[in-house]
Amino acid sequence: MTDPILQTIGLSIRFGGVEAVRGVNLCLAERELRCLIGPNGAGKSTLFKLLTGQLQPTSGRILFHGEDIAGDHTHAIARRGIGIKTQVPNLFDGLTVREHLWLAARRTNSRGRADAITDEILERVGLRPEAGGVVGRLSHGLRQWVELGTVLAGNPELILLDEPAAGMTHDEVARTAELIREINRTHALIVVEHDMQFVRMIARTVTVMHQGAVLVEDTMDRILKNSAVRDIYLGKHGGA
Amino acid sequence: MILRHVSPGVLVTAAVMVTVAVGAPLIVDQFQLLQLTVFAGMCILALSLGVVWGYGGILCFGQSAFFGLGAYTYAVTAVNVGESTLAIALSLVVPAVFAALLGYFMFYGRLSDVYLGVITLSVTLIFFNLTNSTAGDAYRIGRARLNGFNGMPSLPTFNVPGTPGRLLDPTETFYLVMALLLIVYVGLHALLASHFGRVVVAVRENETRCELLGYDVRRHKLLIFTLGGAIAGLAGSLFANWGAFVSPNVFSLTTTSQIIIWVIVGGLGTLVGPIIGCVVMQYLATELGTQQLANTSLIFGIIFLAFVLLVPRGIVPSLAALRARLSAARARPAAQARRAA
Repeated sequence: MTDPILQTIGLSIRFGGVEAVRGVNLCLAERELRCLIGPNGAGKSTLFKLLTGQLQPTSGRILFHGEDIAGDHTHAIARRGIGIKTQVPNLFDGLTVREHLWLAARRTNSRGRADAITDEILERVGLRPEAGGVVGRLSHGLRQWVELGTVLAGNPELILLDEPAAGMTHDEVARTAELIREINRTHALIVVEHDMQFVRMIARTVTVMHQGAVLVEDTMDRILKNSAVRDIYLGKHGGA
Repeated sequence: MILRHVSPGVLVTAAVMVTVAVGAPLIVDQFQLLQLTVFAGMCILALSLGVVWGYGGILCFGQSAFFGLGAYTYAVTAVNVGESTLAIALSLVVPAVFAALLGYFMFYGRLSDVYLGVITLSVTLIFFNLTNSTAGDAYRIGRARLNGFNGMPSLPTFNVPGTPGRLLDPTETFYLVMALLLIVYVGLHALLASHFGRVVVAVRENETRCELLGYDVRRHKLLIFTLGGAIAGLAGSLFANWGAFVSPNVFSLTTTSQIIIWVIVGGLGTLVGPIIGCVVMQYLATELGTQQLANTSLIFGIIFLAFVLLVPRGIVPSLAALRARLSAARARPAAQARRAA
């Protein structure tokens, strides 16, 4: 096995009396696609905030390419090559779709190259008709695509997607799954998702979180048969 | 491509500025020319807050601190050196350095918007009280007596660089101030169209997203705030030169609230807006000052309230929205006619 791109060791964060993330040990290989599932409040989004420096861990380490990034500023972590699509899209509502992608691409590229990347990504995520539109006026589904495109335009090595299919129609979900598989050929991904249909479309290895800790980590098939997982999560979906 | 190279609006505004600069001295009398000179200088001040607040999203209630610091820096330097070139240069540098220091503690200390407003307002009022209490022989910088609330009179005015004896006459001063206004206006547009400028606007829109894309939000805010301080300082030196006088009033609550009113009336998030707001409100202030019927501050308060309640986006954005709605209304019957045909 190659060196992991990302590794967390005993990662924890405590808010007063609540330990939202408890001793999480996660290991992600280069170009791996990992799905992260778990009921609401399991700590998935909090874990993403720790990985991107939006929250500082109470204890534990986060190794990206073997270097500890825990405690680094958010922008410094982003510069190392971790991109994130947040659960509630973080967008520039007053700017156009094109400007979103351009700003992401321009940080590391020349003006001309950033223009080219912007056009390429617009094509890839199918946002060309919306390119000149102000993002604040777009539907929720389209906003998800804009954020995804923005992350892609920055070309981070590791991409974190927090509920990328939320608020999408069935067709859009299928397209998102296809896009994620395509991205995965060149990038490592961690995807948080509730939609089990969607997880089935893309998942190889699945990590299940429950009450802040990792409950189990296995292939999708075995996860679906795991009784503990059924009890806490899949049970609600009637075995999905 | 992503940047609409030069928008027609900028060209029109620049053309109007050039026309005024060239035409005004030919048609107006000396008194009116002096009025126009101070208006243009204050337009530069309005632009400084227009960019910091309207584009940087930094709610600065104390832009007068940098304006006043620029005015006093000009006064003290000009009195000591007896030549205006260095004084003008320092009137940009000193406020910029002060803005950088203040901004460093605010932005790197991660203070929220409300505290930013409170701190900047407090800072200008501290300067107001400080300069007010510098009466007496003890308070002098070199040969320059600060004179407390009486202010510093008979300041040396602008001269041709390197020739202290050759002072600019009112028409030349007017040309200079209009040229500076044009440079600041066009320069700010160019800056806002650059990569740095786009990131500044993006920071205003969503700080978290900027950080997640790898942009250092604090650094961008600090730089635009510092630039705003330098521009306000330049306006301060123009103001000190205009009256050959500076007093603690440059730091006063009236001064700082005026700048905010100009920007709100003209329109937040545009550069031509603060200029229009500044000219309109200053013209009103001059006209109102000649009558005794109603108190000027009272009328300004009413105008301010009316804008906040009725035209919260200011003149320029509201006119733009109106135009868009009118052209949409015109397009609709045309489209219906086409469908009917």
